Amino acid sequence: MTAVQGIAAGTRTWIPICPYTDLIPERGAAALVRGRQVAVFRTHDDRLFAVGNRDPFSGAHVMSRGIAGTRGEEPVVAAPMHKQTFSLITGVCLDDPTTALPTYPTRVTNGTVEVSVE
Amino acid sequence: MNVVVVGYGPTAHRLVETLAAKGFTGSITVIGEEPRPAYDRVALTSYLSGTGAEALTYPVPGGIATRLADRVTAVDREGRTVTTRSGHVQPYDVLVLATGSAPFVPPVPGAEGAFVYRTIEDLDAIRDASREAEAGVVVGGGLLGLEAADALRGLGLATHVVEMAGRLMPRQVDEGGGAVLRKHVEGLGITVHTGVGLDRLEDGRVLLADGTAIEAGVVVFSAGVRPRDELARQAGLEVGARGGVAVDEGMRTSDPSIYAVGECALAGGVVYGLVAPCNAMAEVAADRILGGRAVFAGADQSAKLKLLGVDVASFGELSGALDVTYMDPVSGVYKKLFVSDDARTLLGGICVGDATPYATLRPLVGRELPAAPGDLLFAGTSVTVELPDDAPVCTCNNVTRGQVRAAVAEHGCTDVAAVKKCTRAGTTCGSCVPALASILASEGVVQSKALCEHFDHSRPELFDIARVRGISTFSRLIAEHGRGRGCDICKPVVASILASLNNGHVLEGERAALQDTNDHFLANIQKNGTYSVVPRIPGGEITPEKLIVIGEVARDFGLYTKITGGQRIDLFGARVEQLPDIWKRLVEAGFESGHAYGKALRTVKSCVGSAWCRYGVQDSVGMAIALEMRYRGLRSPHKLKSAVSGCARECAEARSKDFGIIATETGWNLYVGGNGGFTPRHADLLANDLSDEELVRAIDRFLMFYIRTADRLQRTSAWVESIGLDYLREVILRDSLGICADLDAAMARHVATYFDEWRATLDDPEKLRRFVSFVNAPGIPDPSIVFETERGQIKPVLVEVGRS
Ligand code: SRM
Ligand SMILES: Cc1cc2nc3c(=O)[nH]c(=O)nc-3n(C[C@H](O)[C@H](O)[C@H](O)COP(=O)(O)OP(=O)(O)OC[C@H]3O[C@@H](n4cnc5c(N)ncnc54)[C@H](O)[C@@H]3O)c2cc1C
Ligand code: SF4
Ligand code: FES
Repeated sequence: MTAVQGIAAGTRTWIPICPYTDLIPERGAAALVRGRQVAVFRTHDDRLFAVGNRDPFSGAHVMSRGIAGTRGEEPVVAAPMHKQTFSLITGVCLDDPTTALPTYPTRVTNGTVEVSVE
Repeated sequence: MNVVVVGYGPTAHRLVETLAAKGFTGSITVIGEEPRPAYDRVALTSYLSGTGAEALTYPVPGGIATRLADRVTAVDREGRTVTTRSGHVQPYDVLVLATGSAPFVPPVPGAEGAFVYRTIEDLDAIRDASREAEAGVVVGGGLLGLEAADALRGLGLATHVVEMAGRLMPRQVDEGGGAVLRKHVEGLGITVHTGVGLDRLEDGRVLLADGTAIEAGVVVFSAGVRPRDELARQAGLEVGARGGVAVDEGMRTSDPSIYAVGECALAGGVVYGLVAPCNAMAEVAADRILGGRAVFAGADQSAKLKLLGVDVASFGELSGALDVTYMDPVSGVYKKLFVSDDARTLLGGICVGDATPYATLRPLVGRELPAAPGDLLFAGTSVTVELPDDAPVCTCNNVTRGQVRAAVAEHGCTDVAAVKKCTRAGTTCGSCVPALASILASEGVVQSKALCEHFDHSRPELFDIARVRGISTFSRLIAEHGRGRGCDICKPVVASILASLNNGHVLEGERAALQDTNDHFLANIQKNGTYSVVPRIPGGEITPEKLIVIGEVARDFGLYTKITGGQRIDLFGARVEQLPDIWKRLVEAGFESGHAYGKALRTVKSCVGSAWCRYGVQDSVGMAIALEMRYRGLRSPHKLKSAVSGCARECAEARSKDFGIIATETGWNLYVGGNGGFTPRHADLLANDLSDEELVRAIDRFLMFYIRTADRLQRTSAWVESIGLDYLREVILRDSLGICADLDAAMARHVATYFDEWRATLDDPEKLRRFVSFVNAPGIPDPSIVFETERGQIKPVLVEVGRS
């Protein structure tokens, strides 16, 4: 399922995930992308974000199951285990800025969500 | 300037943190013997109950160099260097000794096989040894000894405490207090030996001086601590006759370029063993290093502790010309105040079993009493005491009432969290937090009822808004009455309100995104990201056929099974994609969701009752099943639990439930507001000798009134306490608000529209689609989930916790 290969130096490899409309707004979905677990979120205003699925506080791969919402203007997700809140934009934990999730670029091509993990 | 700190305990941490915060520009190196930076030693015991070492460890302030797991073995005062065990040589301009103390191990035969209780490594060793052992002995019945005893008890050992003095905690409480404390401690199943010393330790046995032999696999010494002044002695610094590095009021030792702070220091002839004075010393030394003139003028040795669930507090002098004692042996309360000979000045006090006077009276030590001493003791907190501004509120961090008031008036703090951040008060042992809240209130700060940053309303207000205006979506509620897009606090609250009002499926449409992960997967998340499954077993009654199905399902899916405290069976270790298959089998066999994941009715437990029991006067099983079937699926501000006992022997423990029913010769007694959990409470009798119909009607109204008016995550215990039992009776038994018809109708609607949400989920392909580990690889299970086997069943392999 992760068959797409890098094309040329400097070009990103985009991996298709699922139809955009399969994502429930403000709810995450986990994807396995080249062996890496990625949590993809669609926000209420139809923006798309991808962060690491591993909750750095509990070590479990559950970030996609957190509640998404906002803190101030920032779109965020709360870890489902112990509720630490992370920015979907930067991945940084707002409750402990020394901790962060990796973030990944996303795009929608012909209605399909794509993520790049390089 | 080049500062070197020896020892990295809490005092060293406070010192370097203060230097960093005050803009110190030189270099700082801390050398510590333990393998990690300083951690919260006061909270050490919480490590055994699962708080990770990381959570206890203080962050290292930026710009500070550390050398961990290395010990300073020599100080060269001439050359101004220290040398470590590993051979590292570190030059200094200013040296600070913060070496703390070491547990004292009395020289009795066999002592080398015993443990001490001071570091995380000590606790690891004790925990390992406890696995093999059945009983444990703590030598020393002081504050730390009792804490260690509680820890051993928590590790499942039959625990003994041996104290040489005639009573427990001889340094903090007097004889009367000691007797009350002993009763509490014995009540917890701990065996207390006082007035007797230790003879020797043998393999697996402790022998006391009076010939008593205790079989015990684990022995912990907690017989006091000794200041670690060995470096100072070796370097020729002045030390006290009974130990401790002698310092002046600026924390300087007999060598002006060497300071000593914390538990290793002898300040004003005293070695202090509590964090508050140690922190004060660290702040004085930091100020001096920065060129200031701060002095350490001695410190209050007051202490308030919660040991083994008992409040123990002492403050000021523990003797005086006059004393006033209040004693209630039945409830285990002992309070004593010491006052001057004219009975006007407070000198000190002791409280055991109820420490409410501590917060109000401790700041008044050395001052004139605001009321007669007897009134202050009897009335507890109901006498309002106006504190002067210079009275200390937080002794751990040396914060006065004036500073807290300034935090409110000048820095705009509007809640306890802000005051903590601004003044540091309340951040150490936490015992002053109630005092902070009452100062906020006395300053006229109204504590905000806002749910979170998205809603200014409380939960009951939102409930009314949704009910009266007929709002049935989160989007409309937040657009019209809130701001932003919500968070993990308000979304589940709104989800619960909408569920209570509408009875629709919790995963319908937009509501799916509001649910916490448990409600979202209709199962309980576990530490490794798997889920547990709890089918409903009404009243705990189950046929052999159904038991067999549960066993088969567990076997076929490789799940861990456990009988719960709620008279049912929990199956653990299911991955999300397994949940529908598991539930398909369960639903086919006639099971339905047990809502173990929801803020909803959990179980109605029951005893066997009149069908079998020779004492039973009513059919408790039948009633429990009827109630569980009536209220199943009812979503509420917090979970709801119930139990029915067939007679006053109360085998179902109904009085620890949100609503508990106990059979009488002629009907049922209804108790409400009981709770186990974190703050146990016995339920109060709401009404007695009710018929079946009267009982059900009273419970219907009780539950619906609770659902409408309770706060977020407020159990019925706290709710009943906040509204009062009399008021509750007026509303639901005498209809004083005229809402009973409405409450009855709401419950009738719930009963009529109930459906099993697992069955409904299985019937809906749209809802089933989300039960996959990966959207792009539905067939692949999450590879991070790994199990090992223990006692013949699976157990999660612990995932490594490391943060980037
Ligand atoms: C399974 C069980 C332990 C057991 O093996 O016996 C259990 C397990 C959990 N309890 Fe419990 N409690 C269980 C009986 C109890 C009891 C005893 C009882 O119900 O008779 C109590 C004390 C009684 C009470 O609630 O007043 C109890 C007091 C708590 C509390 C503290 C509530 C409080 O008011 O302080 C929590 C935390 C909370 O709900 O916020 C909690 C929370 C939990 C959670 C949900 C923690 C979590 O969020 O992961 C555990 C989920 C386990 C799971 O995945 O299934 N559990 N828990 C019991 C399930 C009973 C059942 O069949 O439903
Ligand atoms: C279980 C427990 C519960 C407690 N509860 C309370 C409480 O409720 N309230 C309260 O006020 N106090 C409490 N205390 C006491 C409190 O923890 C101490 O007062 C505090 O830890 C003193 O801090 P310190 O930094 O001076 O010494 P320590 O915490 O002893 O730290 C000294 C550090 O220096 C290291 N060290 C020593 N010599 C060297 C050397 N030569 N080279 C390198 N490193 C060295 C040691 O290994 C240690 O890490 C409790 C203590 C324990 C053990
Ligand atoms: S089952 Fe209950 S008591 Fe046991 S660890 Fe979980 S929450 Fe705590
Ligand atoms: S008195 Fe301990 S934190 Fe305030």
